Amino acid sequence: MHIIETGNVAAALGVQLAGVQVVAAYPITPQTPLTEKLSELIEAGEMDARYVPVESEHSALAVCIGASSAGARAFTATSANGLLYMHEQVHWAAGARLPIVMCVANRAVGAPWNIWNDHQDSISQRDTGWIQIYSCDHQQIIDDTLKAFRVAETTSIPVMVCYDGYLLSHTYMPFAVPEQEMVARFLPPFHPSYALDPDAPANLNTVTLPEIRMDVHGEMAHGYMEIRYLLQEDLRNAVQVVEETDAAFQELFGRGGVPLVEPYRCDDAEYVVVAMGSLTYQLWDVIDALRTEGHKVGVLGVRLYRPFPDAAVAAALQGARGVFVMEKALSYGYEGALCSDLKSALYDHLPDKSRAPFVKGLVAGIGGREIKTVDLTDALRSGLAGSIPGPGWIGIRL
Amino acid sequence: MTARTTILSLPREEYVHPGNRACTGCGLGIAYRIGLKALGPDTIVIVPPSCLTVLQGLFPVASTKLPSLNVTFASTAAAATGVLEALKAQGREHTKVVAWAGDGGTADIGIQSLSGACERGDDFLFLCYDNEGYMNTGVQRSGTTPQGAITANTPLKGKMQQKKDVAAIMTAHGIDYVATASAAYPLDLYDKIRKAISLKGVKYIHIHTPCPPGWGYDTRYTVKIGELAVETGYWDLYEVEKGEFRLTGASAGTLKKGTRKPVKEYLQAQSRFRIMSPEQATDVQARVDAKWSTYASGEGC
Repeated sequence: MHIIETGNVAAALGVQLAGVQVVAAYPITPQTPLTEKLSELIEAGEMDARYVPVESEHSALAVCIGASSAGARAFTATSANGLLYMHEQVHWAAGARLPIVMCVANRAVGAPWNIWNDHQDSISQRDTGWIQIYSCDHQQIIDDTLKAFRVAETTSIPVMVCYDGYLLSHTYMPFAVPEQEMVARFLPPFHPSYALDPDAPANLNTVTLPEIRMDVHGEMAHGYMEIRYLLQEDLRNAVQVVEETDAAFQELFGRGGVPLVEPYRCDDAEYVVVAMGSLTYQLWDVIDALRTEGHKVGVLGVRLYRPFPDAAVAAALQGARGVFVMEKALSYGYEGALCSDLKSALYDHLPDKSRAPFVKGLVAGIGGREIKTVDLTDALRSGLAGSIPGPGWIGIRL
Repeated sequence: MTARTTILSLPREEYVHPGNRACTGCGLGIAYRIGLKALGPDTIVIVPPSCLTVLQGLFPVASTKLPSLNVTFASTAAAATGVLEALKAQGREHTKVVAWAGDGGTADIGIQSLSGACERGDDFLFLCYDNEGYMNTGVQRSGTTPQGAITANTPLKGKMQQKKDVAAIMTAHGIDYVATASAAYPLDLYDKIRKAISLKGVKYIHIHTPCPPGWGYDTRYTVKIGELAVETGYWDLYEVEKGEFRLTGASAGTLKKGTRKPVKEYLQAQSRFRIMSPEQATDVQARVDAKWSTYASGEGC
């Protein structure tokens, strides 16, 4: 069935179809219509789940942590400062290896207050041990939300599905809603390897020493460092799980095929623009225009940000003479985090480093500053001519 | 009212292993052992960082026979809600959900999530063991440290402010059951926990928990110090059931008798009050007297 709805509703329908059992959320713009929709579905009896209207985002994720530890499929959603307020819990959920799914309707962080879109909120959570997927349109939002649960439950690692506030969360677009019976084939009920149970008592997340330690049966148990190493190893292996999950989804629903990166006109491109989220598809128009002027350009959308698909990114950029990374977030004091990650990937994977492309970081759309297609085109045209005027912040007026 | 539990009718089953990591003379050790007997085996315990985290053992060894979920400091009540909602979603409502937090995890960093759970009416028991300070981190002041107490960050003058009355705050939430208890009166605590778990919504029990290293007394006197707090009227045992206030156990006896030991006997037995002046001690006595005159007039808390 195809419908025309907002990105937030696309996410809510994904959560409903996923058979989530516990939803906990605290209102924050632009996430609110998503959780309003879920509370409506639950109150109307159209979704068999518990909705917990918590008093803060910190508690929203706490409820999910408790529920997931007790074996329930749990979901929350937030934006901006709400995500930052959760930060301790974001780390905790990953460390505890809980397959929670969270939607992030991306929004700029304060100060000063700003409710509009950029990626600073979720990018600043990149080191927490979560899987991060960036959806570029409404179809991807609903599909990614469903895939997120399967990836999370396969890896025992929580997943963030990130989509642009307002640009996607509040705009209406047509998309296909998967049939429930098909979803059941894709996503079986959640059966955790351990859930809190008085018949099989365990002390979860207890104090763990720097060194390995013997248990009461004489077996050696992991120290903190081993537990954290396994999280890293499983996250790196999650790249493959994301690919496999996408393949399984594609087989059932006929959509997908770009789980890690989405190249557009990159095959013969001398210059590639890299972006995440809805900006990716806006850049398709820019690239089409520049192609008519004779520039050999392409776009690479990064769909999976953590674990970083470094091999796929480097492979897609192999042969390019130049790369422009266009970001809605910064590691303040240096450059965009994606730009740094991409340079690392090139350094690790390019066989001939003397032929590595130049990489230029560009900043766009901070705090919802409108990214005009004409500005993007002008900036890239200058970049292709060898110089981008100003600080590389597209559209800035100082 | 059901018959009071006695030392003979207390369940023999132990849920806390001996040889755990509690300090010698730990008041929490008494309260936790008795509390888990009252809760029984079909229970999940939620624990924020606190002395109890240490008592429960270091991975992969656990000193508690019940399943236990360690959570972040501010999130105890919300995590309890999460476990509760999962149990409901799975048809496992028979399992009891119980949060055990220290005074910091309850009165200070934990009060927001606790207040939220009360307002929502989530069905679990929250127990605060009040050793009146951040003992696990080396005895710093908390919201429930009493006025005049020397702590690691009130080292010279003692704490200037009054103790936060968490039980009164919880009563103001209009929940069905709020009680105070003491580690020195384990049977009174046992009966209160039994009653609490028979009721719906958030139930709250605030346990006065003497702490030898934090309060400054010899480890063998934990029960004695707890008793002195109650016998002097400095700490009271009561319950507020559906809004009805009632002194219980030794405190009910004190009210009937009409006399109390002088508060200075309690204060002088602990080195944390060593710099308290006679005038300050007189002030404390006056406040205790005023509180008890409201009890005598039947006004309650």
